[in-house]
Amino acid sequence: MILEIKNLCASIDEKEILKGINLTINPGEVHAIMGPNGSGKSTLASVLAGKSDYEVTSGSVTFKNQDLLDLDPEIRAREGLFLSFQYPVEIPGVSTANFLKASVNEVRKHRGLEPYDAMEFLKVMKKELELLEMDKSFLSRSLNEGFSGGEKKRNEIFQMAMLDPVLSILDETDSGLDIDALRIVAEGVNKLRNTERSFLIITHYQRLLDYIVPDFVHVLYQGKIIKTGTKELALELEERGYDWLKSEVPSLEEVQ
Amino acid sequence: MANENELLTELTDSEYKYGFTSDIEQEYAPKGLSEDTVRFISQKKNEPEFLLEFRLKAYRHWLTMKDPQWQNVNFPTIDFQDIIYYAAPKKKQELQSLDEVDPELLKTFEKLGIPLSEQKMLAGVAVDAVFDSVSVATTFKDKLAEKGIVFCSFSEAVHSHPELIKKYLGSVVPYTDNFYAALNSAVFSDGSFCYIPKGVRCPMELSTYFRINAKNTGQFERTLIIADDESYVSYLEGCTAPMRDENQLHAAVVELVAHEKAEIKYSTVQNWYPGDKNGVGGIYNFVTKRGICKGISSKISWTQVETGSAITWKYPSVVLQGDNSVGEFYSVAVTNNFQQADTGTKMIHTGKNTRSRIVSKGISAGKSQNSYRGLVKVLKKAENARNFSQCDSLLMGDTCGAHTFPYLEIGNSSSVVEHEATTSKINEDILFYCNQRGISQEDAVALIVNGYCKEVLNQLPMEFAVEAQKLLAISLEGSVG
Repeated sequence: MILEIKNLCASIDEKEILKGINLTINPGEVHAIMGPNGSGKSTLASVLAGKSDYEVTSGSVTFKNQDLLDLDPEIRAREGLFLSFQYPVEIPGVSTANFLKASVNEVRKHRGLEPYDAMEFLKVMKKELELLEMDKSFLSRSLNEGFSGGEKKRNEIFQMAMLDPVLSILDETDSGLDIDALRIVAEGVNKLRNTERSFLIITHYQRLLDYIVPDFVHVLYQGKIIKTGTKELALELEERGYDWLKSEVPSLEEVQ
Repeated sequence: MANENELLTELTDSEYKYGFTSDIEQEYAPKGLSEDTVRFISQKKNEPEFLLEFRLKAYRHWLTMKDPQWQNVNFPTIDFQDIIYYAAPKKKQELQSLDEVDPELLKTFEKLGIPLSEQKMLAGVAVDAVFDSVSVATTFKDKLAEKGIVFCSFSEAVHSHPELIKKYLGSVVPYTDNFYAALNSAVFSDGSFCYIPKGVRCPMELSTYFRINAKNTGQFERTLIIADDESYVSYLEGCTAPMRDENQLHAAVVELVAHEKAEIKYSTVQNWYPGDKNGVGGIYNFVTKRGICKGISSKISWTQVETGSAITWKYPSVVLQGDNSVGEFYSVAVTNNFQQADTGTKMIHTGKNTRSRIVSKGISAGKSQNSYRGLVKVLKKAENARNFSQCDSLLMGDTCGAHTFPYLEIGNSSSVVEHEATTSKINEDILFYCNQRGISQEDAVALIVNGYCKEVLNQLPMEFAVEAQKLLAISLEGSVG
């Protein structure tokens, strides 16, 4: 397996957000996590990526047979964990190409590969750009500065393609995307899908899952996975909302 | 954000790389300042009468002045009688070639990475190195002489080109200008002199390297650059000092004169010892730098990367006298720990259609204070003057400060003056984003800072831009994470 989360609890500013998450992801699997606002979806993504604002209070996470929680965020990244941010940051004056070159070469170094020189790197970038129907003017623009919401998200997927991760976490990549951008992003992800790479797709809506068909769908509610199913579960949620789950899992109200 | 603060208090593991001293026999002036000190210096340097007069007038004027208090910096009152005003390596007597320079001294420059010996030299950089008070060697002099370019120590120029010194010394920065300019005019020891004749484009970067070595000494160098009609020169100065517990004073004066259609590009990478992480020691860098665009369509461009000194207090300025002349100021000022910087520029538009551009990038970390202070003055007769100013501040953590003091004095209604300012912070989110892409904290800071300063670094000659980038990273090492 790639990732095994056991009874993970995490809090921020003393407030517990994740209350015992269990999840196993095998190579090549696509898992979707759905749930209403405030259920802890983005917290889960941040904790896995190693954001220091969150404190893990109990539980364990194993990534490629290592204790993930023991690794610094940059080591997690170099080991092949990628997070597509819900709100990608802007870095003025640093071109997308330069940023990515620093990033990709760190990852390559970690994996015992030679760093790319400028020419090779340009070639690789151009290939991936085509995949995402992006213009190469992207590369010379400052990272995300003045990018539209759709461009930022496409840039995340572009970086994902460049970094060749084993586990990609997409945190609400579909939010703020129009239907065309959504299709391009989804196609990008689908082209990267293979028997080795796994995905954890966090989303609010079923819409994205029309394009990226998941193997499993989990419902996160109040810091716990309360239901797991297949792609049909997503359709059901779309139709019925989340309220019916509350009655199906009555203990939840009391837990709160 | 408690976490971020914790990270930031782990500040400053970075050590000052240039903090060694060299064991060289020195010759000193007696401590303290009096007319006798001034005469001593002048006599040591075997100066002509007019220069002694200049010094004495400056000294007498200095006695009537009070040290300025308006800057946004704090430091104990300086005891001007507790400073040695002249220190020179003893063996320095009429050096003909590099072979005659004290090997200990050459070793020092080697440690600093200054390519003093010609064979090791970066192609196309001529260096004049000033060690404490005396200029040690000027390389490539002959090659420059072929073009009629004079590039030598100030002391040498006093003897070889007294007419130029007499004409231009104090013509841009008069000794009455300010307290430290008066002090410098009285006791300046050495510095660089440069003259580019009519129509000559200087074929290489000219460079001066300043280093304070002796204890308790002040360094008062004087630089004078004259670009005659339609000439061009690019000039770079670098500075370092050993680590010492006490504060040392550096009060230089730089004067630039650009004649008709001439262009002077003056770049500084200032890395004086900034003091330790508790704010002990470091250089007080009180410098007056000014250029005058005397001729029509002339241009003066200042670029500075300021990472050192306990206190930096300087405003490289341009007087835009010639019609259609251009003044530029590009600055990166980094403060960390307890450093204080009050720096900026003055653009004085007196000619018609004159243009100026100011790009200032301040970076504050630790408990430092970083101020931009700039004046744009358009005189009544300066028709169609234009200025664009951009002042950005970057904060690292929340125990440092950034301040902006822009002054505008516009006396002509046809002028257009624009001012933009931004303040941003290197926050956890940006660093985390970089981490998530496999980039470590240190590398992320360097990447972000270099991006932020790009517009200024682009102005530096290539090899120095690389140097400056590294210096920025070193200065901010340990300032996060």
